[in-house]
Order: sequence, then structure tokens, then C-alpha cells
Amino acid sequence: MNIEMLVSLLLTTMTAATPLLLAALGELVVERAGVLNLGVEGMMLSGAVCGFAAMSLTGSATLAILVAVAAGALLAAIFAFLVLTLMSNQVATGLALTIFGTGLSALIGTGFTGQPVPPLAKLALPGLSALPVLGRLFDQDALVYLALAATVAIAWFLKGTRAGLILRAVGEADLSAHSIGYPVLRIRFLAILFGGAMAGLGGAYLSLAYTPMWVENMTAGRGWIALAIVVFAAWRPWRAAAGAYLFGGVTVLQLYLQGSGLLPVPPQLLSMLPYLGTILVLTLISSGPFRRRFSPPACLGKPFRPPA
Amino acid sequence: MRFVVEPRPEPSRLLWTVTPILALALTMALATGLFAALGYNAVDSFLAFFVSPLATLNGLTELAVKGAPLLMIAAGLAMAFRAGISNIGAEGQLIMGAIAGGGVALACWDLSGPWILPLMALAGILGGMAWAAIPAFLRTRFAVSEILSSLMLTYVADLFLNLLVYGPWRDPEGMNFPQSRLFNEDETLSVLVDGTRFHSGIPLALGLALVVWLVMTRTLLGFRIRTVGASAAAARYAGFGTERIVWFTLLASGGLAGIAGLFEVAGPIGQLIPQITPGYGFTAIIVAFLGRLHPLGIIPAALVVALSYIGGENAQVLVGLPKAVTGVVQGLLLFILLASDFLVRYRLRLAHRAGVAS
Repeated sequence: MNIEMLVSLLLTTMTAATPLLLAALGELVVERAGVLNLGVEGMMLSGAVCGFAAMSLTGSATLAILVAVAAGALLAAIFAFLVLTLMSNQVATGLALTIFGTGLSALIGTGFTGQPVPPLAKLALPGLSALPVLGRLFDQDALVYLALAATVAIAWFLKGTRAGLILRAVGEADLSAHSIGYPVLRIRFLAILFGGAMAGLGGAYLSLAYTPMWVENMTAGRGWIALAIVVFAAWRPWRAAAGAYLFGGVTVLQLYLQGSGLLPVPPQLLSMLPYLGTILVLTLISSGPFRRRFSPPACLGKPFRPPA
Repeated sequence: MRFVVEPRPEPSRLLWTVTPILALALTMALATGLFAALGYNAVDSFLAFFVSPLATLNGLTELAVKGAPLLMIAAGLAMAFRAGISNIGAEGQLIMGAIAGGGVALACWDLSGPWILPLMALAGILGGMAWAAIPAFLRTRFAVSEILSSLMLTYVADLFLNLLVYGPWRDPEGMNFPQSRLFNEDETLSVLVDGTRFHSGIPLALGLALVVWLVMTRTLLGFRIRTVGASAAAARYAGFGTERIVWFTLLASGGLAGIAGLFEVAGPIGQLIPQITPGYGFTAIIVAFLGRLHPLGIIPAALVVALSYIGGENAQVLVGLPKAVTGVVQGLLLFILLASDFLVRYRLRLAHRAGVAS
């Protein structure tokens, strides 16, 4: 394997990691606010199909991305209404969101299956993209950079801003946050909307850039892997980026091994790798010495009703 | 005039029973609105989706054919959910049951005898159980959330089935189609109503749901499951091991999903093919909640959700609605049901004096 090929693998790893990272960052913020939304898969699919439809109908990539973001946020708003206002069970409601989003995306996508759209334009970073060999890594579509920029921004938001501190307080001790006067439900609502928008964006990356087309169920479990990445990352943005790149790497490795024919194993066995890898990682971090350093937000998944 | 939301001292038992029916009615209304919004005649599509499956013998038997797997899976899931165990990988457990039982059928393809089908059923149960044992082990030994592990294993099972029917289990005389040999007569469930697909697995499914009902209501084990779900701390105090309940509910729900998968391949399908389920393992979650996690409530709930599958197919044929509306209607039903739970636990009261509330 020469250096050119290594750069190629790294390049595809970045693209494979981007949808995972976008969705995982959104869910991370939601969970930091104390809400567990298992509907990531459904929101990603809706974002994917709505973004694709907008691209196909208008030809504007900017509009397509905005539509995908809005679609994800809209589905998230339904979830938020149910779990925050009606205090429904978060696990069941998240599953409902995934079932609903999967069905809705198939319905919207009925007329769009098999149509081609142009992939997102590449954005060459001045200077860096002129580097020898490595230059190609800095000549990708905007969402790849956006995902990394979002990691930095969210890490800073959670750790370095007052708003981030309040969001974490809401997730760690909702009653205390409420008694000091913070609007727990409103903060959670905004966090859930943000999570939906990011999932929609991640979905749009799949249908507009990764494989520019619409196929039913094209996320293939990435929404669930994003949820696993949040656990893997111990609810920290930087580790989420590392996790997404790790999973992206596993996906690319699988594709590479399949394409190269180096390993005489059926392709399906290699396709199992990301899912088995997820289980393995969850096993490693859920118990033993890691357990204590990886504790979830204290109020995660618990409904909150402001005391009268 | 304004309303105050206040928790009921006790959840309303009446509403607990009635809200699934209200949720169903509201879903039908909203779905019809959706059909109209998509540009289809509201009355025609309503009739095609919700009524036409009930109008013919074929439709009614198909309701049972699709309701049976949903019923078996949901009966198992209801036990798990009651204990607070979120097994959402029933789809994978179904597939592994079909693979294990189907494997027996393929190994015995040139044999005959009344012993083959029971052996296949046993293998199906064990296959589903084995797949559910993985999340059970990971949860009890390593504290891994069964939500993610059971779901990830669904994708693995799906790929495994794919591998088998494209590879070693492909029918040698099947002109390279990705499908196994057809099961022989002694390996398929007999059809009970001529001219339909109503097979002998359907009464068995009903029987299994009744067994689950007996276990949950008449045995100490059922009592323990309910106690663990209501309060893990209380169960520990009473000396019940939560670990054993985790194992039992996961194995039971996996086994029931496994035999549901076997009944599909030994019944309506008759061989192994890449796609053996239209998402029964996931929609059974809706069935379990719609039936209020009660083994008897699940029986009508399974028929209702089965109706959405057949209704979707009929609406496609009769009025040209995209088949994908089925998933939307199913998701809508679960949303509305979860929303209606609010009324069970809380009540709205008119605030009379302005001075009281503020």
C-alpha cells in the first residue's frame, strides 16, 4: 500500500464519518440536556429524502440542505411535544419516531427513487489544498468541514459558555436548574430541535454527497450507530469525532477489503463489521475500569414535570 | 377560562382500556386526511385501506396470516417491556429463528416424516433464543444497553441470511436465484382453509399468546416480571434476582420471535429468501403497546396492525396509493397512542377562580 492509497482511504473515511458525526453531535447535545431520542434513524432518513427531493426539484444545494435541516427539526418537534409536554416514555416515543420517519421517507421518496442528482460541490481550502499528496484531504464538500467545525463549536459551547453550562445543568439536575429559575422544558425543546436538525443534515449528506441518490432505508442503521457513538464518546464532542472517524474507518476498510479481494470471505461478513464493532465497543466501555469515567447525564431519559 | 393539568391520584383504568380504541379512530381519520392531501379520493382510499381487507374471506384469512407473527412476537415483547427490558431486536431474532429452523428443513430436504416440523420449530425457537441470549449476556455481564446491542444484531442477522441464500444454501437447481430449495410437504405448515394461506401455525400462535397470558397472570414468575418492571428496588428487596428476569424475558421474547420467523418460512413462504419479513419485528413493538402489554389485548392489536399491512397492499392496487403509506400509518398510530397516555395519567381541570392559579 503506497501513500497515495493511504490518502485515498483517509479521504473516504472522512466522507463515511461525516453523516455519523453530524447526527452523533446533535444527539450528544440532546442527551446532555437529559433527553434520550432514539428517533435519529427516522430523522436522518427524512432529512435524506427531503434534501434529495429539494435538490432534484430546484437544483439548489443550499436550499436542499436547508430543507433537510428543517425536515429533521420538524420531526424532532413532534418528539419534543410528546416527551416534554405530554411526558410520554422517551424510549417508546423515539422508536415511534424512527418507525414514522422511515415510513414517511419512503412515502416522500416514492417518485424520486433512481433519479440522479449532481453531488455537492467540492470546496478547496486555500493553501492547504495545494499541499502535495495531502492536498486532496482539503478539497472536499463543505459538510465534511462543517462536521469538524461543529465539533469544535459544540465542545466550546458546552464547556466555555454560560448557555452550555445551563444546558448541562438541565441534564444533570433538572429540579435544581428549575428552582434557580431556568426554563428546563424550553431548553430541552431547543436541544431536541437542534438534534433533529443535525440528524437531518447527516441524512442529507448521505443522499446529496456520499451516494448522490435516494434509496429507501439508505441510512442502513447509521442513526443507531450515531446513538452508539454518543455512548462511546461518553457524551463528549471530541470523542464523538474520534468515534465517528473510527466507525467511518471500519466502513471504509470493509469496502476496501471487499473491492480488493485480499480476503477470501463473503462480502456480507465484512458488511457486518460496523455493527459488530459497535457492540464490541459498547461492551468495552459499559463496565470495568472505563465505567466510572463514562457516566451518562444524570437525568437522561427521565421525564420532567415542573413542580407546582 | 384556562385549564390546569394535574396528575390523577391513580391512573385511569377506564381510559387505559379505551384510549387504544380512540387512538385507532384518530389514526384512521388522520390517515384519511393524509390520503386526501396526497391527492387521492378520501372515501375510496379509506375504504380500500381500512375496509376492503375485511370484506372478503381472502382478506380475513390474510389478516390472520399477518397477525399471527405479530401476535407471537408482541406477546414476547410485552413480557420484556413489562420487566423494563427494551428488546428492540425481535426482527433479528425472527430472522435467526427462520435460519435455524430453515436449516433443519434444508438438511432434511430428501427425508419425510411427522417429526421434521416439530424439530424445525424447536430449532426456530432455539435460534431466536440464541440471538436474544447475546444482549442478555452483555447486559447482565457487562451492563451493555440491550437497546443498541439487540438492534445492531438485527443488521447482522439480516446479512447472515443474505450470505446463506446467496451462498451455501442457494438452491442448486434454482437457476442462480438467491433462494433456497423449496421445503418439502412434511416441512411446511398445512393450509387449513382451502384456497387461502390460512395455515396451521395460526391457531398455534393464538395458543402461545394464551400461554404467555397464563404465565403473566397466574404464575409467580409473571408476578416477578411485573414487580421488576414496576420497581427494580422493590424486587430486590423481595429477593427476586433482576438478572434472571433479564435472561428469562429476553430468551422468551427471542424464542417467540424465532418461532414466528420459522412459521413464516415454513408457512406462507415455503423456503428461505433474502427478505422474509416486512418488518414484523419492529411493528410488533406497536402491537405490544397498542395491546397495553397485555397478552389478551395484543390479540386484537395484532389484527389491527395486520390490517395496516393488507390495507396498504389493497390501497396500492385499488386506488394507486404508494405502499409506503403503511409505515406512515403505523408510525402515526404509535405516536397517537403514546400521546393519549397523557390522559390516562393526567387530567385537565377548568381553573375556576382567577386567584387560585397563577
